[in-house]
Amino acid sequence: MIAAEIRPTTDALLKTQAPKKPANMGQILRWMLLFLGGIAMVMPIAYMVSTSLKWPHEVYNLKLIPDEPHIENYTYVLEDGRFYWWFVNSMIIAVITTVCNVIFDSLVGYTLCKFRFPGRYIVFIAILSTLMIPTEMLVIPWYLMSQQFGWLDTYWGIMFPGLMTAFGTFLMKQFFETVPDDFIEAARIDGLNELQIWWTVAMPLVKPALAALAIFVFLGNWTAFIWPLIVTNSVEMYTLPVGLSSFGDEADVAWELIMTGAAISTIPTLIVFLIFQRYIIQGVVMAGLKG
Amino acid sequence: MYRNLTIRQKQIVWAWAFLAIPILFYSVIRFYPTGNAILISFQDWNLLGDRTWTGFDNYQKLFADPVFWKVFKNTFVYLLIGTPLSLIISFVIAYHLDQVRFMHGFLRMLYFLPFMTSAVAMAWVWRWFYQPVPVGLFNNALASIGIPQFPFLQSTTWALPSVLAPAVWAGLGFQVIIFMAGLRAIPRSYYEAARIDGVSWWTVLWEITLPLLKPTIVFIVVFSSIGFLRIFDHVFNMTTNNPGGPLNSTKPLVLMIYETAFSAFDMGYAAAQTVVLFLVLLVVSLVQLRILRDT
Repeated sequence: MIAAEIRPTTDALLKTQAPKKPANMGQILRWMLLFLGGIAMVMPIAYMVSTSLKWPHEVYNLKLIPDEPHIENYTYVLEDGRFYWWFVNSMIIAVITTVCNVIFDSLVGYTLCKFRFPGRYIVFIAILSTLMIPTEMLVIPWYLMSQQFGWLDTYWGIMFPGLMTAFGTFLMKQFFETVPDDFIEAARIDGLNELQIWWTVAMPLVKPALAALAIFVFLGNWTAFIWPLIVTNSVEMYTLPVGLSSFGDEADVAWELIMTGAAISTIPTLIVFLIFQRYIIQGVVMAGLKG
Repeated sequence: MYRNLTIRQKQIVWAWAFLAIPILFYSVIRFYPTGNAILISFQDWNLLGDRTWTGFDNYQKLFADPVFWKVFKNTFVYLLIGTPLSLIISFVIAYHLDQVRFMHGFLRMLYFLPFMTSAVAMAWVWRWFYQPVPVGLFNNALASIGIPQFPFLQSTTWALPSVLAPAVWAGLGFQVIIFMAGLRAIPRSYYEAARIDGVSWWTVLWEITLPLLKPTIVFIVVFSSIGFLRIFDHVFNMTTNNPGGPLNSTKPLVLMIYETAFSAFDMGYAAAQTVVLFLVLLVVSLVQLRILRDT
């Protein structure tokens, strides 16, 4: 019910409100320019995909459609197993981190929003204040910590800094404000314990926010570069961005193979976007307005 | 024992139980490292030897280092070109896209798609575009219409804007969506009143649209400034053969930190640089909030 209440407002923000105007020259020109601009925006992505399907001899011509498209580049790049491993590593890390964030950020957001207890305000301010600290300031201590505890070059080492985020906590706290206290009181009278109330009553009511949070965290971890670059040192532990960076740096690698690697690390998120477009754009709007 | 508590006391127990793991996490993974970074910035340490206290030596060394000032300047050039440029372009796109109905969703998708890409992958794509003839797409296109080659990443003047371009490109889609949401939130009655009064579109833009968009503009300015001050992925990947080159002309602060800490292993010096980065981010955000809120 609350979910249904949230949806129309964000939907209203997304729907075209412009009154229907008769198509005049100005409108047509405006549309044409926007269309050309949009095509220019996706050109780099289009050239990346097109080049990954080309034979070496036609890589350097400007044609967008390859003469004889083929997938040899993909089989070649995946054959020696590196890209396959990097893909799996990135997927495991992004999925686990996303699940952790969805659970913990919403649990903390819910607690700070719906419970009255001494110290609540201090905890909230403390978590919020971590938003001001840039990751780059923490990488040196994180590296030392990982070295001390043997976390270097492990999945845990790559993941641990991102398991909870202040941004996610804040976003979820804002959304739990829309859940009426009466619902929670009613559940309490029905004899549910607090954990059950959070999971079975409150969580389903903020599903759109959870989806937005999940997408942001997944995208952020899938494309994360600096920390995985620092914490990994064996080729098998690289994530896709780190792997692609080292692959591209090998002097003799051909550009069509680099484009293939770039396509492998980009296409999954583009597919996710095309499927969940509505939710993602809604999520951006929600995060932008509430965050 | 739990049974004897009042409802209020039970709530307190539950609250702290829920917060136990997160508080541990934030203490160990956020607060302790922050303090530690500040502490290390006052020490001399190369990871292997002893840690020795050196007071403000790292900071003095930093402020006397010409490379630091070059890097500091670069970081602000990224900010001062990147933020206004992306703000203006994304506003113009959002303003016009907002008034188009035909295939609106499709156009919006085209503009948003680059936001979903990975910075590292796209840095390599753009790096290929920038290569000299016969490899790079841009120079090939120039050559095919008879224009001389352009030294994108080779020139100390043009390398920085060339590295910045994909960063601006990738962020536009996000800003367009935020701007469009901001535009939709303006009540239509304002526009109708203006139309009845026969006000020109230019006046409407400056007197109604932009003032009412102020919260959106503040958000985008602060958000994108933080992004440009922390630029790293694009620079690192487009200049791997000579990080931050040519001649440090593209090197931002984060790349300097990375090299000091993980190539030279001068941890104390790198930590001092991270403290400077933190202060730069803090001051820039506060100044922007101050100026934009007051005007």
